Amino acid sequence: MATTKRTVEVELSTTGLDASGRPQRVPLVTDAAGNLVPVTAAPPVEPDLEGDHMLINIGPQHPATHGVLRLVLELDGETVVRCIPHIGYLHCGFEKTGEYRQYNQIIPYTDREDYLNSPGNNVAFALGAERLFGIEITERCTVLRVIAAELSRIISHCVWLGTFCIDIGAFTPFLWIFQQRERVYTMLENWVGARLTTTVTRVGGMAADIPDGWTEDLANFVRTFPKVLGECEAMLSKNAIWVGRTIGLGAMTADEAVNYGLSGPLLRASGVAYDVRKDFPYLDYETYDFDVAVGATGDVYDRYLVRVEEMKQSIRILDQALKRLPDGPVNVADHRVILPPKSKATSDMESMIHHFKQVMEGPRPPIGEAYVAVESPKGEKGYYMVSDGTSKPVRWRIRPPSFVNLSAIPKMVEGHLLSDVIAINASIDIVMGEIDR
Amino acid sequence: MSEPSFLPVLAGHANAGDAPAPTTPKKVPHQGGAVNPGAAALEARFPGAVHRVDVVWGETTVIVAREQLADIVRWLHDDPSQRYDYCSDITAVEFRDMERPIEVVWHLRSIPFRRFIRLKVLLTKGEPLVVPSVYGVYRGADWLERECYDMFGIRFEGHPDLRRLLMWEQYKEGFPLRKDFPLRGRFSRSEQLRQILAQNPEAKYSMEELSVIDAFEDLPPDMRQRLGKGEQVGE
Repeated sequence: MATTKRTVEVELSTTGLDASGRPQRVPLVTDAAGNLVPVTAAPPVEPDLEGDHMLINIGPQHPATHGVLRLVLELDGETVVRCIPHIGYLHCGFEKTGEYRQYNQIIPYTDREDYLNSPGNNVAFALGAERLFGIEITERCTVLRVIAAELSRIISHCVWLGTFCIDIGAFTPFLWIFQQRERVYTMLENWVGARLTTTVTRVGGMAADIPDGWTEDLANFVRTFPKVLGECEAMLSKNAIWVGRTIGLGAMTADEAVNYGLSGPLLRASGVAYDVRKDFPYLDYETYDFDVAVGATGDVYDRYLVRVEEMKQSIRILDQALKRLPDGPVNVADHRVILPPKSKATSDMESMIHHFKQVMEGPRPPIGEAYVAVESPKGEKGYYMVSDGTSKPVRWRIRPPSFVNLSAIPKMVEGHLLSDVIAINASIDIVMGEIDR
Repeated sequence: MSEPSFLPVLAGHANAGDAPAPTTPKKVPHQGGAVNPGAAALEARFPGAVHRVDVVWGETTVIVAREQLADIVRWLHDDPSQRYDYCSDITAVEFRDMERPIEVVWHLRSIPFRRFIRLKVLLTKGEPLVVPSVYGVYRGADWLERECYDMFGIRFEGHPDLRRLLMWEQYKEGFPLRKDFPLRGRFSRSEQLRQILAQNPEAKYSMEELSVIDAFEDLPPDMRQRLGKGEQVGE
């Protein structure tokens, strides 16, 4: 009886903390006597009738699939028995095209694969290419890249939170969080001139140094963003509808999550504290003071908590990066990869040769291969590049985190209701541009 | 419902207590450097199966025999001193030098030990491109192997559902990431358009999906016939 008007009457109150110091996550309802009791499973309203299974097609043109994803679901009543995902509708052959481009020319393609995380992809690609060239970047460049990567993590999680709210039926936090995202895009526009497709890095440096006054903008953002995030959290974390629609969905245990190759917030929500920034550090992340958010059950609610916490940690990193941002050159002095000043090209023979070689042929890395992974907002994003000594890679492989994460969706949605498929799918945080490449 | 005895699985937890915290690699040498201990362990455990061990840009590459790859991966995953429990990536490399063999590459990580290893199997051109599947060890290998098959035509023996993934099942132009595949595609634009227009719109469900609900039996005979002889994979 008590569970019938659940969405109206449920008041999620936490009865206290459990042994691990986390709020008890049992939604409570008022029973007939007026006492708060934990929700129990409603008794089946009708016997489980034998019946034909139904085949339901979601997508590829469906707003809740976050892109052109197609899910074919086998339903028993309203319960998902099997899910067969179809991808590839956005396949444009980035990896093939990359084999015909010089390294710096590939960077714009990285913008367009995971387009919510463009600066982060640029940074990841540049790190991979620099490993292949054997270049050590300057200190200022390192810190600028940390800023770019963390800003990009925040805007990616902002989009995730906003669209996830829409999928679940909350509209207001979407508006709040997208306003903050706009502020970051304005900052990126002031930095490199582009908003979405930033192409912010070059092999050996950055496209541009930050303009005057940019650090004040960033400091302002770092100061004010947590307040808005806190408002969204206050709106959602204990909201009965939110909790009722997210808890217990798509749960993966730690062992399963590792075996399915999940990474990023999904893996951490399952209780595995694996973060590439901590465990295989790059860009001196080991010198920053930040925590890795870890969930307990691996359900959709935990993924939400982990992502919100990650945004807060990114703000912490940004704050530290601002304080330590050193002066000095952004680009390396190595003129094999970075063009010498244009004024010298007409007066200095060496510089002119460098200009000619770089523009006509492109920089050439030695023969070798490198797999460089970074912690993108979606998970472990790896770039595997193989060079045969020419200016174009033999193979440029993107290890897309949401591709591997999405491949576990048949496992996650099994046994859940059709309406929960939307919530689970949204919680994976997929970007089809990255999955199909 | 959260378990009361929740303890997160920490990466690197299997390292000895005094293992230093990992740091950003600096001044990585092109060749040489510290070799992953897994390489020597593999050579000891599988004598003859390890063809070569390279360290390039700080990453250990072990070139292994194709026949023993499945055992090697299973051992790397299960052995308590290795515990490569995470499959980062599976892909292949074909070189511009057409004489060079195609390399199939596995990138494995050990989260408990914070290690990274790259396994390679070399496949000679002209012979069947077949390697064992690691689907039984890593479920995450499912789509990675399917994509590799889709793009390179490498068959992963033992994969339960090796279909095209990014390209559609009726795709006839071959394997796009092979070096003999031209950038613009094998067919002309007009031919590509003609094939798309000639496609059977009813074939938007695979046979497997239709068998879910026995819908295939209910289809009109002509449609059933057309679906039944639909080409699986173009080569």
